[in-house]
Amino acid sequence: MTAYDRVRTARNTSRPTTQDYITAMFTGFIELHGDRRYRDDEAIIGGLAYLGDMPVTVIGIEKGHDTIERMRRSFGAPEPEGYRKALRLMKQAEKFRRPVICFVDTSGAYCGIGAEERGQGQAIAENLMEMMTLRTPIISVLIGEGGSGGALALAVSDRVWMLENAVYSVISPEGCASILYKDASEAPKAAESLRLTAADALSFRVAERVISEEGIGTEEFYGALAGDLYEELGRLAGTEDLTEKRYQRFRSFGNYKDIK
Amino acid sequence: MALKFTRKPGNELEKEGRSLEPTLGETEYVCPNCHRTLPESTLDAGMWVCTCGHHFRISARKRLALLTDEGSFSELFGDIESNDPLAFPGYQKKLEKARETSGEKESVVTGTASFSGIKAAVFAMTPDFMMGSMGTATGEKITRLFEYAAENSLPVVGWTVSGGARMQEGLLSLMQMAKTSGAVKKHSDRGLLYITVLTDPTTGGVTASFAMEGDIIMAEPGATVGFAGRRVVEQTTMESLPRDFQTSEFILAHGFADIITPRSDEKRLISALLGFHGETR
Repeated sequence: MTAYDRVRTARNTSRPTTQDYITAMFTGFIELHGDRRYRDDEAIIGGLAYLGDMPVTVIGIEKGHDTIERMRRSFGAPEPEGYRKALRLMKQAEKFRRPVICFVDTSGAYCGIGAEERGQGQAIAENLMEMMTLRTPIISVLIGEGGSGGALALAVSDRVWMLENAVYSVISPEGCASILYKDASEAPKAAESLRLTAADALSFRVAERVISEEGIGTEEFYGALAGDLYEELGRLAGTEDLTEKRYQRFRSFGNYKDIK
Repeated sequence: MALKFTRKPGNELEKEGRSLEPTLGETEYVCPNCHRTLPESTLDAGMWVCTCGHHFRISARKRLALLTDEGSFSELFGDIESNDPLAFPGYQKKLEKARETSGEKESVVTGTASFSGIKAAVFAMTPDFMMGSMGTATGEKITRLFEYAAENSLPVVGWTVSGGARMQEGLLSLMQMAKTSGAVKKHSDRGLLYITVLTDPTTGGVTASFAMEGDIIMAEPGATVGFAGRRVVEQTTMESLPRDFQTSEFILAHGFADIITPRSDEKRLISALLGFHGETR
């Protein structure tokens, strides 16, 4: 499979979305709406649920399934309010000592006049800053597209897991190709150069685990993932200096020369 | 119909009656706003602000020389420079060219400097190095600066200029947004002040990380400040954009900057702000 095949698979509209994961893996889900500032952004779903016997805060970017729903959810491109809602729910999780699970699936943060007027950049920046020191475990699972800052804003986490065909990139292959080759149709070539597959992310240690997509969408698949999350959250709950370790996790990313 | 312009003296030099004519052999620059031609010496003496008020983009070194106490800048982490971790097509060449044109190793210059005698950790991004794009060396320098400032209880003053995260270092560039934000947070949690000055252009991943994380956010007049690129927004929404869309004035009006300051007043204002925050003179 080429890198661009994976991009296409990650974007496939028949792929399970956040809602499917929530329904299949959790019980007692209660959705909580709104950012308490301006509005409720339906591109992000969040709320309370049980993972087994563990109360958790679950947050995810939702692309929707049919056309009408996909439009309502801005095709999974959150506006600033979506990120602010996510942060509100994370702060709530910290207060009530619940771990946080994020599902990430976006081509990127919403691109529009209103999003810019209401501080898209500021909203993402605040999430990056606040998630870094959130005093509760956070695991993010990239289930489809991990589009740049819009994905990272839900992935400043203790663990980042990626589905086998999920992708994580600083720019879309099309965007990269139109800059690099002045031709968006060169996206497959750009996708190779960008090193955006789950295996690449694992090699950079940006992701800790790649989840096999064998049986994706089946009860067994969801059951295994739920079990793994439960186990890992248990481990993280007992971790000393959790936020310092989270900082060091991100602190280590980079590849540069220090010629001194 | 021919238009006639009568222009009032705009900047300090003109008010003093000094000439705007170039000396022989001097480089001249055309103002992108009023299209007036200005000799380098005039721009130098006027802080690279045109008589029409347009703020020229200036290099990090020039900025630090203009806006911090004379001779006070002392560089830190100047040996850090980019690798090509993805062996990305054309990146080596681009880096070499950027180093040649800018004379810098990376898109940001970091160190310490003082403002009216008050010491601070400072960073200035530079537009002549891949338009200030953030690669992993950039992120590392910013991060080290905030860590240094936290250890030494110094405030941070930083000028941002950036097209965003550097695509040629892929996911590792993206991670610099989180890394730098974490360092800003650590510095902030120590009760220390961080002032950002947004300059033209500040966009993408830098807007969505340390540019927007200042306790006090200043902006130079007319600078482009935004997350998504203007053209991308135009193409996506197919709406006509407000004239001042993604300018300093626009983000101030929408509540995302504290104050717009002309370059001529920046140093005074930064000094005054530092003075409010308990730094010893």
